[in-house]
Amino acid sequence: METNANPDAPDLKIPVPRGPVPDVPRRERAAAVEMTVDGRAVAVPAGATLLDACRQAGVETPTLCYLENLTPVNVCRVCVVELEGSRTLVPACSRKAEAGMSVRTDSERVRLSRRMVLEFLASATDVSTAPELRGYMTEYGAAPDRYGNGSERAATVAQPVKIDNDLYIRDYSKCILCYKCVEACGEDAQNTFAIAVAGRGFDAEISTEYDVPLTESACVYCGNCIGVCPTGALMSKTERDMREAGSWDEARQERTDTICPYCGVGCTLTVHTQEKRIVKVSSPLDQEVTRGHLCIKGRFGWQFVQNIDGGQSPGDERAASENDA
Amino acid sequence: MFGVGGGTSSYREIEETDVILLWGSNARETHPIFFHHVLQGARNGARMFVVDPRRTSSAQWADRWLGIDVGTDITLAHAVGREILAAGLENREFIERATSGFETYRECVQPFTLEYAERETGVPAEAVRELAHDYARAGRAQLCWTLGITEHHNAVDNVLALINLALLTGHVGRWGSGLCPIRGQNNVQGSGDMGALPDRLPGFQHVENDALRAKFERAWGCAIPPKRGWRLNEMFDAMERGDLTAAYVLGENPVSSEADKNRILGLMQGLECLVVQDLFLTQTAEIADVVLPAGAGWSESEGTVTSSERKVQRMRRATAPPEGAKDDLEILFAIANALGAAWGRPDPEALWNELRSLSPMHGGMSYERLERLGGIRWPCYDESHPGEQFLHSRLWADPLIGPRAPFSAVEDSRAVDKLNAEYPIRLTTGRRLDSYNTGVQSALFPSPLRREETLDLSPEDGERLALQEYERVMVRSRRGAVTAPVRFDPGLRPGLAFMTPHFPDQVDTNKLTIDAVDPKSGTAEFKATAIRVDKIEAPLGGD
Repeated sequence: METNANPDAPDLKIPVPRGPVPDVPRRERAAAVEMTVDGRAVAVPAGATLLDACRQAGVETPTLCYLENLTPVNVCRVCVVELEGSRTLVPACSRKAEAGMSVRTDSERVRLSRRMVLEFLASATDVSTAPELRGYMTEYGAAPDRYGNGSERAATVAQPVKIDNDLYIRDYSKCILCYKCVEACGEDAQNTFAIAVAGRGFDAEISTEYDVPLTESACVYCGNCIGVCPTGALMSKTERDMREAGSWDEARQERTDTICPYCGVGCTLTVHTQEKRIVKVSSPLDQEVTRGHLCIKGRFGWQFVQNIDGGQSPGDERAASENDA
Repeated sequence: MFGVGGGTSSYREIEETDVILLWGSNARETHPIFFHHVLQGARNGARMFVVDPRRTSSAQWADRWLGIDVGTDITLAHAVGREILAAGLENREFIERATSGFETYRECVQPFTLEYAERETGVPAEAVRELAHDYARAGRAQLCWTLGITEHHNAVDNVLALINLALLTGHVGRWGSGLCPIRGQNNVQGSGDMGALPDRLPGFQHVENDALRAKFERAWGCAIPPKRGWRLNEMFDAMERGDLTAAYVLGENPVSSEADKNRILGLMQGLECLVVQDLFLTQTAEIADVVLPAGAGWSESEGTVTSSERKVQRMRRATAPPEGAKDDLEILFAIANALGAAWGRPDPEALWNELRSLSPMHGGMSYERLERLGGIRWPCYDESHPGEQFLHSRLWADPLIGPRAPFSAVEDSRAVDKLNAEYPIRLTTGRRLDSYNTGVQSALFPSPLRREETLDLSPEDGERLALQEYERVMVRSRRGAVTAPVRFDPGLRPGLAFMTPHFPDQVDTNKLTIDAVDPKSGTAEFKATAIRVDKIEAPLGGD
């Protein structure tokens, strides 16, 4: 710093003394709201939802369209609860808790409603890669076959899988229209707005503008839509290829949290490995830097550590074993 | 800044600030997840200004884009400072209590009127005035920059000119107000923190401070040279003089990444001994005498990295390096052992604890706390210290703790590579969303966004030169020439061109760039090259 030195500038060779610990504003502690869930008294902060209250009471509540890092759109209706004094069931994920509320989560009316929501979804969509939803079906005794079987089957949203790029596929036969991908692509995270819901009623589906292929859309391939999809309708091509080859096995997968190797933002990557090879990268929802969201490089840019001959999919076991040799 | 090399604020603060000023940063593409926080700030009501020669995808989100001519950042910063003073919007109390050199600074910026700034920078006077008034009046303001500020021959002066604005307005050392250089590589912050700087030991402790150096000498049982070493550019000069004859390069690809490639390649080839430790056989590794195949730090090693918000976070091993390759630490230990140092086997946590014992700002960061808290921002002096969410609260302490923060009366100067009739177009460089530096890592995943490297021109220049889009043209600078297809980008103004360093095997952009180096930082002026663009009359080959 010789040329424009300020004669009063401190000597860089002397360490700067320690200052006070900076004062970080506390997030305001909201007043407690007291209410009951299944007869149990709970107190939650003002602004909390009935879902928060249920969780605090230790009551498991199914959710499909809800995620901690997204704004609730309350469309799936699987989280409904019975609220004393309310004519209709209410969605727990978005209804705010109020003092004196009394909520029942396990009444016959709630169970019936949840069961029918699950049956409607499972009769019209392919839920084969939606483990949570299938778990709820078992729990609520959902029998989608009630709405027809075989040639008598109810109408479905079945359609050919869209494979128009090398990073991820869109299989809308599995789409339950939970809107999470639209939210993640839009205001809740990425702000790219490449997709929205097109059409009405049973014909409604997630679409790019004018239904163009992703490669002609505004998509920037952050994959944040995959990160929030609850049914596997959106899936990385690697995972899809491995599933097709019968080699995808989550029970044998390990997860390791590390930091992205690219820019200096410091995003936590959860590296999913199977047989010591990376098969997927995600990010934890509760991580303050990413809130579960990543960019194209963080989510998909890991192949340089194992794609020795470039381009082969980890789903190709033969190629993989040659590489390991 | 002010004695420690790190950004002052956390990402959370940019969500809770009133004015966001991105200067020479296209964070939307280069730091996408940081930009999520910026957008959250904008949604919470912050006003956003972007200063950039290009109307980038970041600039498109701004309330106001200031399309500055390349290399006139100090002019603009001084004009903003002068306008703040002329309008009486400076923070007198802060200036008097916590800063030094104010009067000299005030004299220095006097000539930088709004009209002068408009003429020199291309930014309308009214926009400069609006920025000055909004920044100064804001309750909280964040000033963020990246390589658009630092890849210039006067990089440090550019940074100092921005710091002046924060001192003038008191926008530093408070919650929500700060100065944020967003770092380009996952551990460039940590590398500096660990003393990978020519004049510092770990924890920014100056090597020329006898007491600090003695502390390390006692711990390590060896003598440490008492004078600072060479910066990268000084190393190249020393190679030229014959004073530097051997180099051990770890995880860098200078042959591809440094400016004026032809010169760098010649110097590196002239070394008596070149050792390269890397994941790949890069262009630098290709000319090495010895190549040590390394594992990937982020997924094949244990350790820590430090982010742009000074947050130290754990890096963990998910997979083993491929056969024949070794973790960086194992290689370094093996070399030390072979040299007779008897270091034994590396233990990342033990090394970290050694660092904690020597670097006060890391003292409280045990592995256990880093795990439990999900990372800690330095400084963190002991295990009861939470780490500092923002730096320099001492400047607001009463009475002031430590030295005053100095204004810097930096001189203005223009890009070294001058435009003239022969080289009339200003080429600037940067990254694209899906790619990274010389492409060594990012070129290996199948990005649908990737297209061949192009010379991006304004549509007006394309028309003037009678070019078709994707027509291959000859691009010449005073140092070298490459051919590349052209693409028209309406975000570029006439006279401005853009290229990336991502595909050196296709288009060797750094054959064009100038190694005019900032003497204070060692950074070359990648952002300002004078070029000419010519049609290639006869098609090459038979196509």
